[in-house]
Amino acid sequence: MSHAFEKIGESRSFPNGDAFLNGAVSRDQADIVIYSGMRFTPDSRKAAILIELGEECLGDHINEDNPEHANVLGFARYRNGDDPPSRLIELVRHSKTSEVAIAAARDLFAVAELEVSLCNDQSGRIINRLVVPKYNAALRFLDEGLATQTDMDLTCKLGLGYPDGPIERVVRGGLAPYYRVSRELFDAFGAPAFAPPRRARIAFKQAAINSEPTKR
Amino acid sequence: MTKAIKTVGVCGAGGTMGAGIALVAARAGFRAISFDMSEGALDKAAKQSADFLDKSVARGKLSGDKRDAIIAAMSRTTSIDGLRDCDLVIEAVFEDLSTKRDLLGRLDGACAEDTIFASNTSTLSITEIASGSKHPERVVGMHFCLPAQLMKLIEVSPGILTSEDTFRTAWRWTEACGQMPVKTQDKPGFILNALLVPFNNDAIRAVEAGVAEAADIDRAIKVGLGYKMGPLELLDLIGLDTQVRLCEAFYPITLDPRAATPPLLRRMVAAGLLGRKSGRGFFDYQGNAMFGA
Repeated sequence: MSHAFEKIGESRSFPNGDAFLNGAVSRDQADIVIYSGMRFTPDSRKAAILIELGEECLGDHINEDNPEHANVLGFARYRNGDDPPSRLIELVRHSKTSEVAIAAARDLFAVAELEVSLCNDQSGRIINRLVVPKYNAALRFLDEGLATQTDMDLTCKLGLGYPDGPIERVVRGGLAPYYRVSRELFDAFGAPAFAPPRRARIAFKQAAINSEPTKR
Repeated sequence: MTKAIKTVGVCGAGGTMGAGIALVAARAGFRAISFDMSEGALDKAAKQSADFLDKSVARGKLSGDKRDAIIAAMSRTTSIDGLRDCDLVIEAVFEDLSTKRDLLGRLDGACAEDTIFASNTSTLSITEIASGSKHPERVVGMHFCLPAQLMKLIEVSPGILTSEDTFRTAWRWTEACGQMPVKTQDKPGFILNALLVPFNNDAIRAVEAGVAEAADIDRAIKVGLGYKMGPLELLDLIGLDTQVRLCEAFYPITLDPRAATPPLLRRMVAAGLLGRKSGRGFFDYQGNAMFGA
């Protein structure tokens, strides 16, 4: 299964230099066309069209009632903020995505030694929908003095076998980018559990202030 | 003055957690007295402990002499008066406030004036449990993880009236046992369950909301985050009925919507899908097929 990569800017899933990018062929030759950072072009002759998603939904890009979009899927390779991408591809289908297109996308990523979790087109997909409320709670517990950051992280590592603690993970990935993820989910669901925590809000505002030009 | 701990009593030692705590104490060189109302439960626990130690010897992790010393350090009783010489008594009885409060009241009468009482509760308030004792300043939270003899973590929590000396003594004892204590406030679920119970509920709700199939959710969590086990697989291991009980303990005291029992969980328990112990939960343990598939 060959693939073409049409992109503007750097892909979060496949940063410059990634072997998967290097294996791309021209669009005409490709079975699957991947779009990143640009509007996609429907092409029902292709096995699948993949749109790289950020925090948005696949539905922001397509019209699922349009038969030309039956081979279109969304995807994102999960990464924690600025950490390197993981091996996980969250593959997003819409209600009329063809099974053939899903199978083609699975094959493509399997060859690249990536693992696919298929999900429906809902905000936060799988991971962010599940971890953001937990990370938000951990950051709130820290503010409330439940325990120190070290002890909370250690508890999760020793008690649950996590490779890293929730707070060290969010801090490592960047509180400011985390704010955007949390904010997007809060806007989508309106549930307090998704509301950006104090520390992330502060980090986001400070990053905005620091990016302002200084007066001479 | 920090109390010297030599003898440790464990209440509810006929259960898995209590038996594990007694092993932790005896392994560290303390005299461990296992207390349970049921002689049969104590017999079963003693056999499981002996099996565990034998396996440790077989794997080269423990010498035969050390195993014998550990077994020699362990004794048992079905009478609470048998705990009278204990410097520290750890309760690991049924997770029910009135049961634990009543036990502490009885321990007041059975033990010495300076005995320290620790509760292994995972969800209840240490302060509320301590109110069952005339000496709440001598009561502290000491939450072990299952299986206690393998897991190093202990959440140590002072109640409102816990004295600094009691806390310090409990903390040092956990360190003397080779465990890794972390200090938490006396809040529902401390750290571990306060994060885990709602997270697991969120995973159930994601299945219910049609975000993805159970296997896809677990794969995402394992591959994306590096967890050893997905939340739904973990729930099957814990038991879905246990998760319901955890929710029922948490939600009334936190009013956190994430801690409320998800409707799908209730339906699965009603259908007898309890996880591994019933052969099927989110996953099928006979055919290894995914729930709902």
